[in-house]
Amino acid sequence: MNFIAGAFKPPCSISVTFADARTRKKVPLKKENGQTLMLPLFQNQDNIVGQVVIEPTQGKKLEHTGIKIELLGQIELYFDRGNFYDFTSLVRELDVPGELYETKTYPFEFSTVEMPHESYNGVNVRLRYILKVTVSRNYVSNIVECQDFVVRNYTSPPSINNSIKMEVGIEDCLHIEFEYNKSKYHLKDVILGKIYFLLVRIKIKNMELEIRRRESTGSGPNTYVETETLAKFELMDGAPVRGESIPVRLFLSPYELTPTYRNINNKFSVKYYLNLVLVDEEDRRYFKQQEITVYRLLET
Amino acid sequence: MIADGVEDEEKWLSAGIAGLQQNAFYMNRAMDSNNLRDALKFSAQMLSELRTSKLSPQKYYALYMRAFDELKRLELFFKEEAQRGCSFIDLYELVQHAGNILPRLYLLCTVGSVYIESKEAPAKDVLKDLVEMCRGIQHPLRGLFLRSYLSQVSKDKLPDIGSNYEGSYTDCESFILLADPELRLAIGLSGLQGPAREKEKREKERNALRDLVGKNLHALSQIEGVDLDMYKETVLPRVLEQVVNCKDDLAQFYLMDCIIQVFPDEYHLQTLEVLLSACPQLQPSVDIKTVLSRLMERLSNYAASSTEVLPEFLQVEAFAKLNNAIGKVIEAQVDMPIFGAVTLYSSLLTFTLHVHPDRLDYADQVLGACVKKLSTIGKLDDNRATKQIVALLSAPLEKYNDIVTALKLSNYPRVMEYLDNETNKVMASIIIQSVMKNNTRISTADNVEALFELMKGLIKDLDETYEEVDEDDFKEEQNSVARLIQMLYNEDPDEMFKIITVVKTHVMTGGPKRLPFTVPPLVFSTLKLVKRLQGQEENPFANETSTTPKKIFQLLNQIIEALSSVPAPETALRLYLQCAEAANDCDLEPVAYEFFTQAYILYEEEISDSRAQVTAIHLIIGTLQRMHVFGVENRDTLTHKATGYSAKLLKKPDQCRAVYGCAHLFWNDDQDNMKDGERVLLCLKRALRIANAAQQMSSAARGSTGSVTLFVEILNKYLYFFEKGNPQITVAAIQSLIELITTEMQSDSSTPDPAADAFFASTVRYIQFQKQKGGSIGERYESIKA
Repeated sequence: MNFIAGAFKPPCSISVTFADARTRKKVPLKKENGQTLMLPLFQNQDNIVGQVVIEPTQGKKLEHTGIKIELLGQIELYFDRGNFYDFTSLVRELDVPGELYETKTYPFEFSTVEMPHESYNGVNVRLRYILKVTVSRNYVSNIVECQDFVVRNYTSPPSINNSIKMEVGIEDCLHIEFEYNKSKYHLKDVILGKIYFLLVRIKIKNMELEIRRRESTGSGPNTYVETETLAKFELMDGAPVRGESIPVRLFLSPYELTPTYRNINNKFSVKYYLNLVLVDEEDRRYFKQQEITVYRLLET
Repeated sequence: MIADGVEDEEKWLSAGIAGLQQNAFYMNRAMDSNNLRDALKFSAQMLSELRTSKLSPQKYYALYMRAFDELKRLELFFKEEAQRGCSFIDLYELVQHAGNILPRLYLLCTVGSVYIESKEAPAKDVLKDLVEMCRGIQHPLRGLFLRSYLSQVSKDKLPDIGSNYEGSYTDCESFILLADPELRLAIGLSGLQGPAREKEKREKERNALRDLVGKNLHALSQIEGVDLDMYKETVLPRVLEQVVNCKDDLAQFYLMDCIIQVFPDEYHLQTLEVLLSACPQLQPSVDIKTVLSRLMERLSNYAASSTEVLPEFLQVEAFAKLNNAIGKVIEAQVDMPIFGAVTLYSSLLTFTLHVHPDRLDYADQVLGACVKKLSTIGKLDDNRATKQIVALLSAPLEKYNDIVTALKLSNYPRVMEYLDNETNKVMASIIIQSVMKNNTRISTADNVEALFELMKGLIKDLDETYEEVDEDDFKEEQNSVARLIQMLYNEDPDEMFKIITVVKTHVMTGGPKRLPFTVPPLVFSTLKLVKRLQGQEENPFANETSTTPKKIFQLLNQIIEALSSVPAPETALRLYLQCAEAANDCDLEPVAYEFFTQAYILYEEEISDSRAQVTAIHLIIGTLQRMHVFGVENRDTLTHKATGYSAKLLKKPDQCRAVYGCAHLFWNDDQDNMKDGERVLLCLKRALRIANAAQQMSSAARGSTGSVTLFVEILNKYLYFFEKGNPQITVAAIQSLIELITTEMQSDSSTPDPAADAFFASTVRYIQFQKQKGGSIGERYESIKA
């Protein structure tokens, strides 16, 4: 019985710890099974330092043909599940082939790692970073342990940040002019603006501002586009009269936004839009969509 | 269908309240456990109930009040939260995360008010932001309530800001900030248009909303720091600009009305020019007259409240400005119905009377302007307009309580000319009532002339067309005229005579229907004058123009003559007799004779009804008996005639009574030359004969002799003259008369008459009594056996 039980039990336990685990900031990440894990946060060109502890199961020796640790940046497209595209792959050999009788600790270090992309969990795509420890063995399958971590990259405020201003309308029916103070917003930013009603001949019931995320994956004929409405923010209640101007003030912080991602490794893009919607009394919707760029401002 | 609507509304309201209470419960629980996030979440959910469009303003108000109470608790919670270290700026941001605008703004206002109170940010900035954000609510009803909430929660916090210059500046700015959207919103009320059939309902809703707008403006006006200068320099011009620009008649009306009602009187007074200059710029369909009327009403009341403020009115030349403005408005609004114009003038007049009671010329000016306006349209047929004119004309009467003052207004009668007959009468009645009530003495002929000119409607028929008039009303009217005539009085007989002449001229035009009412008072009023003159010494230096009784009697004669055209011979006869008696007192024999002649002529020619004749003959006898002015010849003629008339009456008993009445004509106690015992006896005997004849006629016609009453009456006459010492009345005659009566009473053919029996019995008792009393009369009675 022992033999059989032993066959299913992993012959050793592997744990990866970061050197600055105590001080490093942790952020929540939602796993596929719905659980949220707190994971350490890194950014581009960080040094990733830590140690791997391998503890063989009590009273057993572990034969291996080498132990290595890999740092992988992967993009996984859900329509192509199981196929990972690694855009970053670094390897460190931890041990030469041999036998382990007792717990052994291997320090590792990846310095100034290029991690240009941020971790992202989308509808059709996932971008993640992992540390993967592999204990290679003969005849039997390798023992693999993965440790996720999160990468976020900060940018400084853009030098050019024009406002968005536009006049739209339906002839002899509705003319409005809207203005958002910027075209690029950081994640904790506030959208300020104004809607001017130049001509109102329809009975408007209310007006709202939506924040929409457009995630497009794949390329060419295999492009999948998924649009989500992240926020519905009512701007106005009732019918405005001509000449009225309605203020806009929308705080972005309550919403789970990410920065805008443009063509990440030719695999996917995430873009954000402001959609101004006017609803008339017959529930007809009149809308105008404007792209905004979202960026992650370096927190000071 | 409508009933369903109401029921549904009830349902929606109770559903709304239930939802609100549920969320309020969770909110309170979250607050108890200091869970800010949940508290905000549930408060937003709670406030979402206010997003409904299904409720009428009243119902919505009920819902709002519940939410308001809950928000009070939330406000406290925010304060505690701040004490625990949560910064207001964070709170201020946090509440703005709510997705729905209405809950968001309620929460924002709540936090904002706490924020202002904390003084961590300038009140001005916070308020400005709140007001700006509130623009997001364009729905009139919800917006109105939201703003109402904002002004309510911020109002009590504003005065704390400080009383230095900075502070008041802030207040003013805040005021403007709050007022602007308020006005816009009110303008938006006009957007509340639905199908025509719901018009009434809509009107009701509008009224409710207007109340709310008024309340909000009122709250704003309470903000300290809005002093007169600021009001004058900034607030009012801004507000008026908004009003003029909004181009919606209903909204303009509401707003003007609100402005007038909300701000203090002295502000209006000082800014009258500005306020008034806006009026002609309003839409032509605006009910400007009501607006201005209310303004003037307010100012009038203000003036009436204390005399100390009156100099202010003079200082700002309130009257001139108002007068000007009204002129302009009337000019500008060509289509304004005459009713409106008259209302305006009426208010202006009331205002003038209150503010410048001493300036009659102002009042006259107003009336003049009114006449000018009226002259463009001729006679009024608009019911409401005439009503207003009556009010306009009554105002001076009420104010001065003295028609004499009103008579000085030269335009007063000119205004009256534009009234239709009916209203003219009403107005005249009002004038008379005023005179009566205040016991005004109208003592110059000119005034009387003017007064009667005003009352033309009552004095004569104004046009040829015969109008169906209620008999009672007509009597009422004419009685009041009669009373008025009695009120005219002047100490000076000459002036009084003039007054009478004037009245006469007017009264004479009255036509047959009115004369019976108006002539008697006039005659008696004149007779009073005669009586006064009579008491005076004859003025040896009196010139020809001075008033003498003679002249007056001439006038009287003319007056009474007028009655013949009516004809009202009975009244005329009485009046003649009255005059004759007055002439008698004045020792004017020819005049008295003339009056008697007139009376006799009337009797002969006009009075044909036998009953009237009886009455007339007794009046004549009574009057004639008292006359002492006549010489023997004249007297003879008159008495002879009277006796003759008496004997010619139709019914025997009447004849009998008249004839024994005539007996008195020959016996006057006071004058010895008028005691003709023989003729007295003659009359009595004749009466007796007639009584006998009556008795016989009765027995012939009906088989019974009838009553002995006549005999008893004659017996009484006998006794009277017996007592007076008429030598011709003998005991024997009396004795035989008594026997005759007794026999008659016992005869079978007589009809028993208890009244006559009692009469006789008491007559007999009287004889006994006189006997027992003794004295000279008693002795004479002694020989009578009863």
